[in-house]
Amino acid sequence: MGEYSQGHAAEAGRTDVARADVAIAGGGLAGLSLALALRDGLGPDARITVFDPTIGRDTSGDVRASAIAAGARRLLTTLGVWDRLGPEAEPIRSMQVTDSRTRDVARPVFLTFDGDVQPGEPFAHMVPNARLLDALTDTARAAGIDLIPAPVSDFTTRRSGVEVTYGAGRSLTAALLVACDGARSRLRDMAGIRNVAWAYGQSAITFTVEHERPHEGCALEHFLPPGPFATLPLPGNRASIVWTERHEDAKRIAALPEAIFQEELETRFGHALGWVRRVSAPAVHPLGFAMARSFVGERFALVGDAAHLIHPIAGQGLNMGLRDVAALAEAVTDAARVGLDFAGPDVLERYQRWRRFDTLAMGVATDALNRLFSNRSDALRLMRDVGLGMVDRLPRLKGLFIKDAAGLTGAVPRLLRGEAL
Amino acid sequence: MTEGTSTIDAAEVARFEALGEQWWDPKGPMAPLHAINPVRLAFLRDVLVRHFERDARGLRPLSGLKVLDIGCGGGLLSEPLARMGAEVTGIDPAPGNVDVARLHAEGSGLAIDYRAIPAEELVEAGAQFDVVLALEVVEHVADVSLFIRQAGALVAPGGVFVGSTLNRTAKSFALAIVGAEYVLRWLPRGTHRWDKFVTPDEFEAVLAAAGLQVTEKAGMTFDPLGGRWSLSADMDVNYFLAAIPG
Repeated sequence: MGEYSQGHAAEAGRTDVARADVAIAGGGLAGLSLALALRDGLGPDARITVFDPTIGRDTSGDVRASAIAAGARRLLTTLGVWDRLGPEAEPIRSMQVTDSRTRDVARPVFLTFDGDVQPGEPFAHMVPNARLLDALTDTARAAGIDLIPAPVSDFTTRRSGVEVTYGAGRSLTAALLVACDGARSRLRDMAGIRNVAWAYGQSAITFTVEHERPHEGCALEHFLPPGPFATLPLPGNRASIVWTERHEDAKRIAALPEAIFQEELETRFGHALGWVRRVSAPAVHPLGFAMARSFVGERFALVGDAAHLIHPIAGQGLNMGLRDVAALAEAVTDAARVGLDFAGPDVLERYQRWRRFDTLAMGVATDALNRLFSNRSDALRLMRDVGLGMVDRLPRLKGLFIKDAAGLTGAVPRLLRGEAL
Repeated sequence: MTEGTSTIDAAEVARFEALGEQWWDPKGPMAPLHAINPVRLAFLRDVLVRHFERDARGLRPLSGLKVLDIGCGGGLLSEPLARMGAEVTGIDPAPGNVDVARLHAEGSGLAIDYRAIPAEELVEAGAQFDVVLALEVVEHVADVSLFIRQAGALVAPGGVFVGSTLNRTAKSFALAIVGAEYVLRWLPRGTHRWDKFVTPDEFEAVLAAAGLQVTEKAGMTFDPLGGRWSLSADMDVNYFLAAIPG
């Protein structure tokens, strides 16, 4: 946008250095969403650049799917992404939670969630990651976001901007650099921000299944001793499976011959939806919890998995990232609209205050859930039956749980409420 | 200093000049000014967007407007105004302040016309501006009536004047003097003298005498729990007035 170009004209003789208002390292779901949120807030003249060597690559090999909570869906709708997904987004209309031993025949349902956050608005949707990434990339292209198919190799921070080096020694100066480069963020390390991390010793086996009868939009989460086994509804008679095991077991199970794998799958999936069969190869993802010591630096911010990685037990990883996006875009826009340096320390501090508490609370809650459920103790099972059974019988508390999981409690950024910036 | 034409209080000027580089440290002695800056900029933006019928969502709503920032200090207001598109002239009686402001604007890559002159010099030269600002200034001048007459003369036809200051109430004494200066150590001691504060009625009367008619009023209040300033109808502590010639 002009305010910065005006400034940079003053740097006489530096015409070789390209300018951007915001440089984003990482063109994944969080990075592209941030680019679009900033386009909404800063307007058509803002120069927003996304760096990612994998930008525009064929995504058809990615079979993963994500639960998009209501708040995150509102953000994607406002940014013009959601409507491109069409029937690829499958609403989750209800959720059942059970707790049992793996080989129990009957799984007592002790917690059910159904109902919408608002009439006609399901509390979540399942969306294939590849489709979402394609929709974000198309929207970003149409919105005039610069997509550069190269990684950020280095950066130097000066008072008025960050000089970002990419590709074969090319460079660009931006007012703000945002790292959306994932859990093993290189930029986070380069910025000298330490990460607190631990592994759970668990891994998730993920794949897609087809089943005989319609799922009616019902998501199932069975808490089994090694960890949760989740069935998440996809369009048609298909579902995304997230099957948690101890890491060594997960690797072994994923490598089992088809017939034996099928038997293990049926034991856990059950027969409520008739026959079931795997339609994609299983992938194994080690699980961990991680959080950066700081979400910001000088003219620098972390967003999404680069800032935090939580246990997928509550399906909140991507939603947390999109909440970061909404908060950072709002802080930046509010400052830019009144002419303040939008990458100044006050602005970034507002973003960090907004997100760190929520992240820590979610991290602790999911960690506690995982510890409570991943074990073989009958005494603990009794305790969680009583605890969650109580939640089930208190409609107001349950309503709050649903709204919280949808990202609609607390100080909600405008984009998550479905408002433009 | 010629009797009857100057509004400069030499002791006040010296106090601010001593700040130097600290003007721009958001955690330094001017921290409260940094804290209220987003709020006063939001008020200014709203008033000016309404007055000049500009696009409220745009990033450069003040494009092409000539703005005079009287008592610009280190440039905390001038720089954001320039980023919003205004052609800004910043004046301050302290050459030290203007040096700090000039250097900082250069680093920010902003073209701002800073001058270490009193307002009367611009009046004598016959200069006029679309917007004349005197934010947190009248509580520091020696002669409020004379100062406002000069400011009014600098407003071009169809232009607007915006001023802000501290009200002279028990609450402002408690908050601004005892609270901000002594308890919270937000401001250097002696930055404000309560007896120099001006009430909204007095301000409005002085504006009327200078031929300026008040069009908008707002207060600014601090929420100690949220730690944030916001605009409100409560004018007991900080307040703004916008006025037009005629």
